[in-house]
Amino acid sequence: MKNNVKIYIDDKEIICEEGQSILRVATDNGIDIPHFCYHEDLEIDANCRVCLVKDELTGQINTSCTMKAKDGLKVSTNSPEIQILRKKNMELLFAGYKKKSPTIQKGYFSKTEKILDDNKVDTDKYEKKEINDPIHKMATAAELDPSLCIACNKCVKVCKKIGVGFLKLEGKGAGTHVTFCKDPKIDCVYCGQCTVHCPVEAAREQSHIEAVEKALNNPDKIVIAQMAPSVRVSIGEEFNQEIGLDLTKKMNTALKKLGFDYVFDVNMGADITTIVEAKELADRIQNKGVLPMFTSCCPGWVKFIEFYHPELIPNLTTARSPQIHSGGIFKTWWAEKNNIDPKKIVVVSLMPCTSKKYESNHEKLLIDGMKPVDHVLTVREAAKMLKKHNVDLPMLEETEVDPVGQYSGAAAIYGATGGVMESALRSAYYYVTGKELDKVEFESVRGMNGIKKATIKIGDLDLKVGVITTVKNAEIVIEELKRNPDAYHYIEVMACPGGCIGGGGQPIPSTNRIIAKRIKGLYNIDDTMQLRKAHLNPIVKEVFETYLNKLSHERQEQILHTHYSQKRKFE
Amino acid sequence: MNEELLEKIRLAQLIGRGGAEFPTVTKWEFVKKAQGKQKYVICNASEGELGLFKDIFILKNYPDKVLKGMKLAMDFIETKEAYFNINKNYYDEVGEKLKELVKTYEQDGYNFTFYIEEPSYIGGEETALLNAIEKQRVEPRLKPPYPSDAGLFGCPTLIHNVETLYNVALVSEDKFEDKRFYCISGDLKNPGVYQYLASDSIKEILQKSNNWDDESNFFAQIGGSASGPVLNKKQMSSEKVGGAGSIEVYSEKTSALTLLKKWLEFYSKESCGKCTPCREGTYQLYKLVGNLKEGDKIPWHEISELTEDLKITSFCALGRSIYTPINSYLENILNNEK
Repeated sequence: MKNNVKIYIDDKEIICEEGQSILRVATDNGIDIPHFCYHEDLEIDANCRVCLVKDELTGQINTSCTMKAKDGLKVSTNSPEIQILRKKNMELLFAGYKKKSPTIQKGYFSKTEKILDDNKVDTDKYEKKEINDPIHKMATAAELDPSLCIACNKCVKVCKKIGVGFLKLEGKGAGTHVTFCKDPKIDCVYCGQCTVHCPVEAAREQSHIEAVEKALNNPDKIVIAQMAPSVRVSIGEEFNQEIGLDLTKKMNTALKKLGFDYVFDVNMGADITTIVEAKELADRIQNKGVLPMFTSCCPGWVKFIEFYHPELIPNLTTARSPQIHSGGIFKTWWAEKNNIDPKKIVVVSLMPCTSKKYESNHEKLLIDGMKPVDHVLTVREAAKMLKKHNVDLPMLEETEVDPVGQYSGAAAIYGATGGVMESALRSAYYYVTGKELDKVEFESVRGMNGIKKATIKIGDLDLKVGVITTVKNAEIVIEELKRNPDAYHYIEVMACPGGCIGGGGQPIPSTNRIIAKRIKGLYNIDDTMQLRKAHLNPIVKEVFETYLNKLSHERQEQILHTHYSQKRKFE
Repeated sequence: MNEELLEKIRLAQLIGRGGAEFPTVTKWEFVKKAQGKQKYVICNASEGELGLFKDIFILKNYPDKVLKGMKLAMDFIETKEAYFNINKNYYDEVGEKLKELVKTYEQDGYNFTFYIEEPSYIGGEETALLNAIEKQRVEPRLKPPYPSDAGLFGCPTLIHNVETLYNVALVSEDKFEDKRFYCISGDLKNPGVYQYLASDSIKEILQKSNNWDDESNFFAQIGGSASGPVLNKKQMSSEKVGGAGSIEVYSEKTSALTLLKKWLEFYSKESCGKCTPCREGTYQLYKLVGNLKEGDKIPWHEISELTEDLKITSFCALGRSIYTPINSYLENILNNEK
């Protein structure tokens, strides 16, 4: 345990841990110091030089991110001198920014713009050196616009931390900017962690807002919104709500206000995924199939396997992912049931993720030539749309999801690391033993550790499972499998820290502390539900019993399963 | 034997001749005390500052002394591993000879790795130098940890300038006389590298090297022709040479614009790009003067606004130092005629 010390920030007495960054202490105590390169989970770079404070005892001005708490320290954050220097550095850093930022130019809300305005920063005082690198598209997921880069280096560090190392800074002096690695053996996995760590949207999702608005404005289209498990407990952050607060029912209202015809739920798709995946696991175990089986609902992880470890493709479950399952069901079962031409249906997913945009574009997933999911909005994009249409989310009435969107608690926890595993275990237990589990919680697969291992008793079988976040940790387990191929039966991997809940499409900032609070929100949803097993979801049961089970094997494959192939760089 | 040399270094009051003037004895003690299975000695022959050319002079004339200094340092911190960080232009001139000379030491198990550096100003900053050798981006690291605790590849590392290591060799041979090398250049008759007492005044050095002219008026930049202060003729009688040991003389006809262009072009080209004030500020500074012609009004106010900001908020000494030449020129030469 570290010592507690007493410090003073702007004369406010604060007790904090010795050695903590003053910037973090200030932020935790509601004292706002603008900053752009600091992130509490990343190494301190101290390059933006905006979080300046004055040490009142020595008179020295320094960056608060690098200043450490020690007993008796007195700092001021807002003296006239500090204001001048901070403003100057922001004017240098953001020269020309407002004119170049697509978000600001299109009139969407921008947190960065607000900081600039609050500090009366004149972004036209200086003209920056032109960076003429073209925008680089990371497949159809994210994109990199070097002309907006402020060289804060956060994307580079987080990309390395995830285990990819695709991004780097290039150039010298005012020519410094982000770029990508030209090594043919290194490729982006589309996780979008760069976008959720970028303060200026130089790394950003490929926007689907305009495509969604076009669909909403087209009277011939039937537009369905479906929200991923993680979105409901994080979108509140964009509206200054408590982190982890479940806004499902307000979001149902909000999406209708935006003009969506139906609001269903990716959670329903997650229940389908769980059933398909749990059956496959049972089958692989009983019939000596390829083990361990890997989850495949994270497209970043799948891309990682397809690019870096194609030899492990047979280990990936062939189950499609939740948004693709539900999207496919809307355009088949639901359309048929309601006598709707499926070509008129536009499915829009709200995702905590950028790689889901990439996944939605896979040709291999087409059903009768139709994409199961047409457009994917990140949480940030969804919030931008709501704000632009003056939908004040926290103030809305609560409404229920449209009946087709019903889901189980097992689906609700999909967003957290270990959630897919736990959901599958709740159903696999039934498929293997024929009995229902009484206690459904599997504490051993929960929590923020990057590698979790557990042995779960399922009937006579000791099921060895692993739960992993980030591909860096996945690489460690892949090495372990080379030495001990029987180490696991089933492994869940998510590319992002904490799972989807810490995904690249989440609100900014996203830190481990914030992610942990969002996860709590997800488990709360599960805890308060009656229905906690995917295979007991009545809608999903109906879909299987009255529809899917009656289809030909090929047709079932088309709607429920997928396949994988080795990928080249940029594929 | 080791302790004996340390005492000699302490008595000789050796300080770093790369410009920072850090006491050598303290550095040695730090690295000696630091925990680590592997330690390194690095010779810094980057010499990327304007007006400096004494390291190459020493490498041409006394390479044996420099290598001996390295070997003594290696023995003291008990390592067999050393890196020679050498400016590419210098390597072209003396690389072969150095490689030949290290063979003797290699027979005794000492390893010398030559890192041939793309010449740059920041490349001489010791943590940027470590990054370069580690194939990281060439930019300074956040300190602490200091290189003496966690330097090259995270190991305790003793980094010395060429001249410092040369001095270590002299001290070990009891031949050290507290002299230093002076790089003398600019508007004068006898430019070159000279070796005089460290206690000499600038005037004495220029007199001894036959470069002092009582008749004409001139001023000079001391310790580095980018980052060093500018002094008037009168100040040269009392001031000594600091920094990395240079005197660049400017005739009184040298215009403010000429100097600003020289300094600001250098800084904007040499900024590593890490921190905002230096990366963007040096670019804006050069833009303020880059297109001016003689006789144009110099935007002193805008220049000061930026150099003040760089002085206080830059990440490393490179960005902070730009204030020194400009402000001292204003104070000592233009007498604040803004």
